[in-house]
Amino acid sequence: MTATYQNPRYAFRRPAALGGAVPEQARVVIVGAGVVGLTMALDLAQRGIASLVLDEDDTVSFGSRAICWAKRTLEIFGRLGLGARFLEKGVTWSRGRVFFRDQEAYGFDLLPEQGHEYPAFVNLQQYYAEEWLVQACAASGLVELRWKTRVTGLAPHAAGTLLHLATPEGDYALQAEWLLACDGARSTVREALALPFQGQVFRDRFLIADVVMHADFPSERWFWFDPPFHPGQSVLLHKQPDDVWRIDFQLGWDADPEVEKQPERVIPRVQAMLEGASGMAAPAFALEWVSVYTFRCRRLERFRHGRILFAGDSAHQVSPFGARGGNGGVQDVDNLGWKLAAVLAGEAPEALLDSYDDERVLAADENILNSTRSTDFITPKNTAAHAYRDAVLQLARTHGFARQMVNSGRLSRPATLHGSPLSTPGGEGLPLGAPPPDAPVLVAGRADWLLRHIGRDGRFTLLCFGQVPAEVPPGITPLLVADDDRAGALWDHSGLVLRRWQARAGDCLLLRPDQHLAARLHAPSAAEIAAAHRRALGHA
Amino acid sequence: MPLQTEPRLADPDALYEALMQAHRALDEARSRRLDARLVLLLANHIGDLEVLREAIALATQGDEP
Repeated sequence: MTATYQNPRYAFRRPAALGGAVPEQARVVIVGAGVVGLTMALDLAQRGIASLVLDEDDTVSFGSRAICWAKRTLEIFGRLGLGARFLEKGVTWSRGRVFFRDQEAYGFDLLPEQGHEYPAFVNLQQYYAEEWLVQACAASGLVELRWKTRVTGLAPHAAGTLLHLATPEGDYALQAEWLLACDGARSTVREALALPFQGQVFRDRFLIADVVMHADFPSERWFWFDPPFHPGQSVLLHKQPDDVWRIDFQLGWDADPEVEKQPERVIPRVQAMLEGASGMAAPAFALEWVSVYTFRCRRLERFRHGRILFAGDSAHQVSPFGARGGNGGVQDVDNLGWKLAAVLAGEAPEALLDSYDDERVLAADENILNSTRSTDFITPKNTAAHAYRDAVLQLARTHGFARQMVNSGRLSRPATLHGSPLSTPGGEGLPLGAPPPDAPVLVAGRADWLLRHIGRDGRFTLLCFGQVPAEVPPGITPLLVADDDRAGALWDHSGLVLRRWQARAGDCLLLRPDQHLAARLHAPSAAEIAAAHRRALGHA
Repeated sequence: MPLQTEPRLADPDALYEALMQAHRALDEARSRRLDARLVLLLANHIGDLEVLREAIALATQGDEP
């Protein structure tokens, strides 16, 4: 398919139920073996829950597609055992530069501080991520991947969903207790349920050209507004592994997608861009993957419909500027996995899953808001918008305040789950629902990272500063952070844990299995801890 | 502090003249950009989103012929 990557083909295996008179039974069925569906299956597998994953294709993504994996996603993949692989193969970056016409307007650094295991971003083609996830799912022994299996109909009922499936060797029925729809923007599950999926369409078209070349542009995100080599439009340049470079050209609404995809059209554009960007003759390059796209910002009203839950693009869609699509989907999984596991284990009421809805709808709205604002900046809708956009870019050359307004994409950051019903009000410090800040620690004299110690056992963590309470209720793992070298403690040798969590000695922070902050307690009694824990498990 | 709309300029004619002077030689597109730069500079100087929203609301209402 492409010069640098050969898509693996996964074999269709004839399921035993095919041709049988009785529907097959499964507890958890995931529709869609993309990044989100596979991450979902792997997350559940690590919690000891088996799942069936259905996909109508028999391979990973064609073309690089999503390439920017954000710090929070990398932390989640770290918990799932894939973090090191991303770091090793991917292109690490945190800096971006923005150009206006023929000059640099400003540069930014998304992670200017040290002391985090993962960088702001790693660029990696989506197919690698999916291939590794498939391998990890298979190795877990708890995920059954069923390729070439298409959902042709479904009927929800009180105890689950009856699915009708089509395969190359015939049709069969599958009874799913829980159905997780991770089947992307054109979700068949969403369409079968006729759920409205509404939002804004943007009248603009973009061309992705992935090219293979030896070039020495730095590992940075370069974004041009109105450059001489592509006047009146924007261009984005990004580095991927294997000497693949992502170039994204804004084309305008009137561009003909079929014409613009033709190599004889794409090659001169790339040529001009490379010459313009480097001021030198363009290096030899080959087209790897070309795609013309438009986008929308929209979401489902609710992500939970009884025992059907939507995650990723099936639930919400954003523009690609900001890398909030794939990263948002992985965070959906991070939020949903532990909750579903707690419900299936009988530790939490089904109502806990309503909090998935509350929290991830809020996060989706934040992503849609940021993505819409970026799009409004990149594609001005009238002459006034155009004048303001250019004014910001002009001022940005000399004034710091205007640099903050330049919006070439507000890059994915994890949502703080403000107002979550799972949070226990009270206390001070980091906002309730906040995602976890990482920090370096020493464990028995060895350098380590804080986040590696939170939630890997699938449980809640009580992050205790200075002292662990005499009694910690069952189901919660106490984790002692000390300002000296003590047995069984994480040594906060740099003081960064205390500072980044805005804690003081005696604080005990209750963290959910997804590491988000659920309660800020101080020298708490067992009853106080238990109450916060019950609340975070959705017990009213 | 709410948006102040009572007279505050010692020499309003001088301000008006300075604005006209700045726009004098400009075509439509350049004028728009100048005004936009001016709004952005002043907005940053004011630095209070509530005051700015109030001003935007007042300005939005103020276009009756």
